[in-house]
Amino acid sequence: MRLLRIVPDNTRFDFMRFRRISFPVSALLSILAISLYFFHGLNFGIDFVGGTLMEVKTKAGPADLATMRSTLGTLNLGDFHLQEFGAPDDVLIRISEQPGGDEAQQQAVQRVQKALGTDFDYRRVEVVGPSVSTELLAYGTIGLVSAIGAILIYLWFRFEWQFALGAMIANVHDLVLTIGFMSLTGIDFDLTSIAALLTILGYSLNDTVVIYDRIREMLRRYKRMSMPDLLNVSINATLSRSIVTHLTVAISLLALLLFGGQAIHSFTATMIFGVVLVGTYTSVFIASPILIYLGVGTSRMGGAEEHEPEPEPAATAPQRARARR
Amino acid sequence: MLFFTRWKAAAIVLTALVVCLFALPNFFTEGMAKRWPALAQRHIVLGLDLQGGSHLLLQVDASAVRKERLQSLTDDVLRVLRQVRIPFTGRAIVGNSVQVRITREADIETALSKLRELSTPMSGILGTSGQRTLDVNENGGLITLTPTDAALTERIRQSVDQSIQIIERRINELGTSEPTIQREGIDRILVQLPGVRDPSHVKELIGKTAKLDFRMVDLSMSAEQAEQTRPPADSELLDGENGGKVLIEKRVLVSGGDLVDAQPGFDQRTSEPVVNFRFNSTGARRFAEATQANVGKPFAIVLDNKVISAPVIREPILGGSGQISGRFTVQQANDLAILLRAGALPAPLTIIEERTVGPGLGEDSIKAGMRASYAGAALVIIFMFVTYGLFGLFANIAVIINVAMIFGILSLLSATLTLPGIAGIVLTVGIAVDSNVLIYERIREEVRAGRSAINAIDAGFSRALATILDSNITTFIAAAVLFYIGTGPVRGFAVTLGIGILTSLFTAFTLTRLIVAYWVRLWRPRTVPI
Repeated sequence: MRLLRIVPDNTRFDFMRFRRISFPVSALLSILAISLYFFHGLNFGIDFVGGTLMEVKTKAGPADLATMRSTLGTLNLGDFHLQEFGAPDDVLIRISEQPGGDEAQQQAVQRVQKALGTDFDYRRVEVVGPSVSTELLAYGTIGLVSAIGAILIYLWFRFEWQFALGAMIANVHDLVLTIGFMSLTGIDFDLTSIAALLTILGYSLNDTVVIYDRIREMLRRYKRMSMPDLLNVSINATLSRSIVTHLTVAISLLALLLFGGQAIHSFTATMIFGVVLVGTYTSVFIASPILIYLGVGTSRMGGAEEHEPEPEPAATAPQRARARR
Repeated sequence: MLFFTRWKAAAIVLTALVVCLFALPNFFTEGMAKRWPALAQRHIVLGLDLQGGSHLLLQVDASAVRKERLQSLTDDVLRVLRQVRIPFTGRAIVGNSVQVRITREADIETALSKLRELSTPMSGILGTSGQRTLDVNENGGLITLTPTDAALTERIRQSVDQSIQIIERRINELGTSEPTIQREGIDRILVQLPGVRDPSHVKELIGKTAKLDFRMVDLSMSAEQAEQTRPPADSELLDGENGGKVLIEKRVLVSGGDLVDAQPGFDQRTSEPVVNFRFNSTGARRFAEATQANVGKPFAIVLDNKVISAPVIREPILGGSGQISGRFTVQQANDLAILLRAGALPAPLTIIEERTVGPGLGEDSIKAGMRASYAGAALVIIFMFVTYGLFGLFANIAVIINVAMIFGILSLLSATLTLPGIAGIVLTVGIAVDSNVLIYERIREEVRAGRSAINAIDAGFSRALATILDSNITTFIAAAVLFYIGTGPVRGFAVTLGIGILTSLFTAFTLTRLIVAYWVRLWRPRTVPI
């Protein structure tokens, strides 16, 4: 049967040519993302700033948000926020952290439940007091930083330091852009978002390592090829695998996005952005050329190889001879 | 790479089969699986976000523990100094310490040594060896006793242990299915109630300390007078049943700790709901003494520093049993009986985190998770088949076994499956496929470079496997960190992701190779259909 070839064999696309564009563009996007974080801020969920989250479903008919808002408005709850959640009869109520410590949060929940009465089905109630929210925020940040550190150490063992550093820069760049995306779209930033970020980090590195592995192999095989050429060869060689894998991951994530329900919607959307869109871009256009800037293979002049690359096993020699004739 | 001894092949297939078998118990109901051996009964536990239920995190009020310690320390100081008949003044709680001033300078040495005896060495179990429970210092006749931090931490720890038992007793009365009540950290308790859709009743039961005291009402002045001036030294003003205040002696005549039973019932005359209680022998004796000495006077039943009723003693109660009535509803009488039977909490508990998922949302989440899994799996399988043909089929078989193995391991560990956990499994399908893709693309390359079919396949496997290992380990590190810092649903995601990576490494290294090896042996292909 004719098989699907998304990427033709023996592509020779010159990826390195774009590094003069890709680096400035990435730097710009990173700065944009960082300023978004500081000026626009992230939509921190109750996991990190405390507060109450309630998902309620009307027992009959679509929800009347306006009436609900005015009812809750009389309860003196401070900042609160209502929105439709996936269906017209499903409402997400978010109440900011009440002053008065952990007990005050519970009291707020009771007041709301009393005010809304029996017209609603309480699908989900989450209350996070001040003690827990500061901890979760600390844990989340520590987690991200230690994951980056642990992976850096691991890469240092497996590859040379330039590779480890290059991978780290590329993937922290991934995280920065993803955080910028989350800031821009106002997606809820809670514990599952940290899960998404960590997975993006791990998976994106997965990708970078595959390319680096190939680069390392090429470096050993072709002693004289110039770095840009060598990098191009490596990326072109792994291109087919990269595209196919990214497609399968994208398919899985798409299935999750379409069918997984509203509860993990923000998680899935973040993953798609980080893994499929940004991850691919950085592995090719940042992680590889950065090796040049970090000084890998500076002694390479380019030009013809001195001897034949790695001899192939004897068994295939007659085959090759046959083919040449 | 393509050579498998019979033993090795058998071992691989057997391992995969056995692990997959562990997933089976999940498809049978409890009843059917009861007769199987213990190991086969382990099954996946559905997280609270999938089966519905309530998750409550409680924290022991450390300041209350400290306050009580200081209060009993003050009483101890009084007792010790009276024993040796040393006059003193200014016995008071100041900040985190108890202070007392010794009036006669000659007594200071004796007082100091006697008070030092109150400090006991702590056992060395948790790194507290060499520490004592109190710091006792003296300065110009003023002796300060401060409980050490280690002692307080130990006390909090003990409170948590006691509280867990008491909460267990209280919740068991309600008949919730398989609640989880366990310690978390030094001063926290995790309560998980599967299937509970409205935890407010449980929260009420847990929220009450339920400290019951029997004390005399102080009749020396009226409550209003005491409010305006000052209550006498040995009495205090407490909230009464009618919203007003009542002046109650501080001295406790009988404490709720001596209760041996409490049952809800109905007053014979008024048919009001009441709680009938019974004391143990100590309590009965004290109760008898107290009622004998105070016939005709009102005595107060104080629950959590609130007077719930103050009946007049009509005759001495020698039998050690009695009745508490306080305008209860049936529910309230029931609850009070439960609380009294279970015992008083040593310190108040605050709910610092609550996550409750109703069963409706739980069911919807499961449905959504299942749909996404089937859709994702189906799409990936089709895609792999279309891209790699026969080898795609091999990869698909490996991935299906991979997912079965994930469920098997989850069952074996009795791990909790949450909605993000299901997402983790769907993601693992995408990642697992990557291992196979790496191998196949490498094989394609080797074919292009001119190798024969068998050599290309062999080289493809050997070259690719090192890369597979490296790349999966980085994702695994991320999953490990996430497991460590995460809680609840997020932890479920880390678990399935981590297990998924391990199983996909296993299937890539062994299963796919095995299938391809046997195919090569049977078909002896000239070209690779890839």
